[in-house]
This record gives sequence, C-alpha cells and structure tokens, in this order.
Amino acid sequence: MEESHGKWGMVIDLDRCNGCQACVTACSLENNIPATGYDNASYGRGMHWMRIIRTWEGEYPDIKANFQPVMCQQCGRAPCEPVCPVFATQHSQAEEINLQVYNRCIGTRYCANNCPYTARVFNWFDWEHPEPMNYYLNPDVTVRGRGVMEKCTFCVQRIRRGEETAKAQGRGVQDGEVQPACAQVCPTNAIVFGDFSDPESRVSQLASTQRSARLEESLGTQPRVVYLQSLL
Amino acid sequence: MAVEAKHLALHHSDGEENLREQLMFDPKPRKEMNAMVMEAMQTADLKYWTVVAILAGLVATCLLGAWGYMIVVGMGVAGINRPVFWGLFISNFVFWIGISHAGTFVSAILRVFKAEFRRPFTRAAELMTTFGLAAGATYPLIHLGRVWTFYYMIPAPNQRGLWPNFHSPLEWDLVAITTYLLGSTMYLFLPLIPDLAMARDNSTGWRYQLYRFLALGWRGTETEWRHLTTAIKIFAWTIIPVMFSVHTIVSWDFAVSMTPGWHSTIFGPFFIAGAVFSGVSAVAMVLFIIRISMVNMDYFIRAEHFDGLGKLVLIFSFVWAYFYFNEFMVEWYGGEAAHHNVMDFITKGPNAWLWYVMLICNIVIPWLTLWSGKVRRTPWMMFVIGVVINIGMYIERVVIVPITLSRGRFPFDWGEYTPRVEILISIGSLSLFLLLYALASRVIPLIPVWEVQEGQEAHSLKKIGKTEVPSVIDVE
Repeated sequence: MEESHGKWGMVIDLDRCNGCQACVTACSLENNIPATGYDNASYGRGMHWMRIIRTWEGEYPDIKANFQPVMCQQCGRAPCEPVCPVFATQHSQAEEINLQVYNRCIGTRYCANNCPYTARVFNWFDWEHPEPMNYYLNPDVTVRGRGVMEKCTFCVQRIRRGEETAKAQGRGVQDGEVQPACAQVCPTNAIVFGDFSDPESRVSQLASTQRSARLEESLGTQPRVVYLQSLL
Repeated sequence: MAVEAKHLALHHSDGEENLREQLMFDPKPRKEMNAMVMEAMQTADLKYWTVVAILAGLVATCLLGAWGYMIVVGMGVAGINRPVFWGLFISNFVFWIGISHAGTFVSAILRVFKAEFRRPFTRAAELMTTFGLAAGATYPLIHLGRVWTFYYMIPAPNQRGLWPNFHSPLEWDLVAITTYLLGSTMYLFLPLIPDLAMARDNSTGWRYQLYRFLALGWRGTETEWRHLTTAIKIFAWTIIPVMFSVHTIVSWDFAVSMTPGWHSTIFGPFFIAGAVFSGVSAVAMVLFIIRISMVNMDYFIRAEHFDGLGKLVLIFSFVWAYFYFNEFMVEWYGGEAAHHNVMDFITKGPNAWLWYVMLICNIVIPWLTLWSGKVRRTPWMMFVIGVVINIGMYIERVVIVPITLSRGRFPFDWGEYTPRVEILISIGSLSLFLLLYALASRVIPLIPVWEVQEGQEAHSLKKIGKTEVPSVIDVE
C-alpha cells in the first residue's frame, strides 16, 4: 500500500492525560464551535471537534479511569474523501492535511458514516452564539451554517500563520512554533504537535518510542495522530 | 395486430370450463374489451375523488410541508444524530427503489421469458416502477443538509471548473437512478402507444386531444407494429441489466464503506433479491386494489395472476432468506468484535423485536402460507401477505441503516436513534406514490389491451411438465 508522506502530525501521551477537558474547551473557542446545550448534546448533537473517551478499568473499589483525547486522525488515506460526491472533504496540497470545504459541502453525511473514528460532526441547525460569546468568535475561522459537516483541521489557520511568519522572516518553521489550541492549552503537555518529516522534531522523537500506536491501524487509514500508550 | 389468428382456445376439448378461468381462454370481442377498459378509466365517482383529495392533502402537508419546515429550520428536526447520520430517509430511499424493481422484473423479465400470465398486469407493474422511483428519488434530496446546493452533484461544466467526484457511490447513484428513470419511463411508454391510440379512437373532448398527442399518430400499420415490437424487445432486454445495476449500486452505498455491518460483499445480490421480493408482493397488493376499486377489472385480473405472483414471491422469499443467512453467518463466524457488537445490538438490543418481526414477516409467513394454491388464488389473502412482506422488507432497511449505524467501532460513541419528522415525510411519500397511481389509473389504460388480445388470439398450448401453459408465437 502506498504510504502517504504527511508533514504535520500529533503525539498524545496517554500517561500524561488526566482528562481535564481543557483541550476540548480551547478547541471550541479557537474554532468557533457553538455550545448546543444539554438536550442536544446528550442526543448526540454536541459539536465538539474533539472528545475525551473515558473508559473504566477494573471493578469498584479497585477502579481506574482511562482518558483518551480523540479528534480527526488526519488519515493519510482518509475513508471520508472518496465517498464525498462533491469533493467537499479533501487533502490540501500545501499543508497535506484533510480539510472540509464548507461552501462545497451539500450535507450528504456519507463522510461521517465512513469515518471509523466518528470524528465528524454535523450542523443540524443554525446554532447560535449568544451574547457575549459572539465577541469571542475567531476571525480566522469560518462560522458554519446549518447543513454542513465539520471536523478538526489541526488548527489550519495557525499552521498558515506560522508558515507565513517564518516566510516573511526568511526562515523555515521551527519545531514547536506552530501549535494547535489543544496542544497549547494542555496543562500536562500530553499533546505535542509538529513536523513528522523532520526526524529531529519532538513529535518524531516521541513517535519512535515503543509505546507509540495509532488508532485502528489495521484499517489502513494511516492516521497522523500517534498515541503513546498508557503504562501506569 | 395485423395478423388475424384463429381462436385456438375453442379447439381444446379437455375441461372447457376450467380453461375458461384463464383470461387467455376466455376471449371477448375486441370492441367490447376496448369499451371495458375505457369505462374503467372514465369512471371516477365521489369515493375516488375523496381518496384523491385526502392523498393530495397528505402530500401537501406531510411531504411538502414537513420537508419545507426541515429545509428552513435545519436537519435537526429529524431524529438523526451522531453516530446515526443516516436514518429513515435512507431506509425509505432503499425501500422505494426496491418497489420500483417490481415493474421491470414482472414486466421485462416475464416478457423476455414469454411468461404469458403477465399480459394483463405488465402496465400496472411498470407504473409502479415509475412512481416508485418518483417517491424514492426525492429522498436523496430530502436527506441533503443543504438541498439548495444539490446541483453541485450534477456534472455540468461551470465557471469554477469544479467537477463531481465519480469515486463516490452517491454519484453512481445519481447516474444509475437517472438512467433507470428515463429507461423505465420509455419502456412504460412504448407498449402504451397502441393503447393510447385505442383510447384516442374511443374518446372525445380533452381526452381525445390528450391521447391524440400521446399516441404519436399511431395507425396500426404493419410497419408500425414491426418497429414497435422490435423497440419493445430491445428495451425489455436492456432494462434488465439497468435494473440489476441500480439496486447493486444502492447496495454499494453501504457495502463500499468501512462501517461495521455494512462492509459486505454479498450486499449487491442480497439487495436485488430483497427489492424484487418486496416489489413483486407490492404488485399483488396493487392488483388487488385495482380489482376491487375499478370497474370491469375482475375480468382482466384473475386468480391465476395472483397465483403466478404468489409463486414468484415464495421463490424470492427463499432467495432472500438464503442471502440473509449467508451475510449473517459469515460475519458472525468472522468474529470481529466491531461486527459482533452490531449483530448483538440487532438481535439483542432494545430494537431487537424489529429483527424478529422482520424474520416472521419475510420468512415464516410466506413459507407457511404461499405453499397453498388456495391461498395464492385468493386475492385478499395475497394482499394481506403483500402488506406483511412489505412491512418486513421495510424493517430490513431500518435494521440495515439506522440500527447498524448505532454501533460504531468505539463504544464511547454508540448512540440510539428515534425518528421524528421522518415519520411524517414517510407518510407523505407513501401518499405521493398512491396519489400518482390513483391519478394515472384514470388517464392511462391500466390494462395493455392489445397485449391481452394478442395473447387471446395467437396462443397455442405448450406442455411444460405436467401442465399445459399457453404460449404465444410472436406475431410478426
């Protein structure tokens, strides 16, 4: 099978994750994700681009909670892409990441059915950003209307800004210079973002350890998010 | 027909009375038969108009009203959620495309194999194809999040140089369904031409004007008949592979995905068997309704026709059960956890009763009843069995779409699905099908008169096994 040579990637250390949900909150603020309320969220209509999968291990009282932040895995061979009839979900040539073109999306929701990670969320309504939340909207990110699909973009607006800054100063992007909101805010530094094509980068170093694994790797999706398995 | 054949029926001595039960051996003069069909078409009493008004009201409120509301407010008024991104809309889509297979199957396949019992009801079945497609083809639009941009799917050259993605099964659907709709409409129209000409010659007023336009100046000359029979033959043969491709492609919407419970190699033939199964039993239902609600129809539609359809339904019940067993057995034996989760949810989950009702409707009831010739020859029983089978086949689609989607690969993201506005829209599209059919029954001659006459005049008896069946040498 043809390997896809992606550039940007993420490493998530599950030993460090304590399930605090700061990444979920930061992601929502960075990417203009609306809050949908208790009823909608519990009916499977929360709009979060990432979620912390919480599993229990053992029986009470010897019980332990495991946390795993899961977002779009930025598959090298993404199952969502071939099934879209209008090319609304595509790899961008510049950043080599999978992006959703909101204006092209017609809302068949096939991509979401074919995503093995259930990473995609759909705008069931025109969600409101009630005051004062409308003042927090990020001008770099489109506010989506009803009927389109969306998902994690690896904060492509931050990648673009980092690349442009580096270009203006006549240098390459340095390791750690570009950070998505989730990685920036993580209090335990469990989420690390960087360039996999550079063998010296922090993500490459971390991903080369024995603990590294990818989600549902057997499906051949070639995810770009590496999990360092929990040993504790 | 140009050839005047003799009434061969009278030459048989054995059991004259029994033979008379068959339409082929109970001929009527051409004029009388034409008048019977015209009368059936022109009789529209208060009861008929009441039914039409109720159906039109249901279409306006449940289909157009509810859909319009959903477009304005958002898909959220339906019950779909994450992870059940597809719900009853897609179930309905598969169901109606399945119903539309009846026409082609009953008409084209029985025609090319020269099964003579088909003659009086080919048109009724072909109309089901067209209207079933009309009801089904609205669903890909209804389920779109942004239906006002549906034309992005059409491969039309545009300024931005954007082209649809032909890797997507949804794009294949668009092509296949459009082809099938156009092909089956032409296939409906061709055998209709001589009957439209008959109607033109027997009517006045607006009907005369309409039929004069539609009959394309048909006069019934030798050349016209030769061209028509050739064209029908070509269409009957070509519409069969188109029919197979349509439901195979519908099944690929599911089968090519990597969703557990959908990714299956047997879905193509399995879906076709299911489509023909529900479609043929729906033909029996429609024939029953036509027979009781329209005048003169008990002459054309007889016990023998329900008998023949009943045998087909029984065979397709076997085929469907065989494929379903295969699909289930192989996935269960494979033992993959994601697939087992789906199967456990289908057979033991909170909606498991649906699965058991489906097995009873699709296997137990047809297998117990359709063995009996007496049941098959009783129209109302065939109607009831048809209703039961179509409920079963509808449940099958519900199990395949929303119930399968409820159990993805990550238990954390499992969900449940409760239909909301889908129920109204489903009622609306059923009403649309019935309304179109009810209106067409008063405009289009529902019985292909010339085919019945051809059969009555030009058949001979052929011995197949122990029984003698009528067989027609082509009138050429």
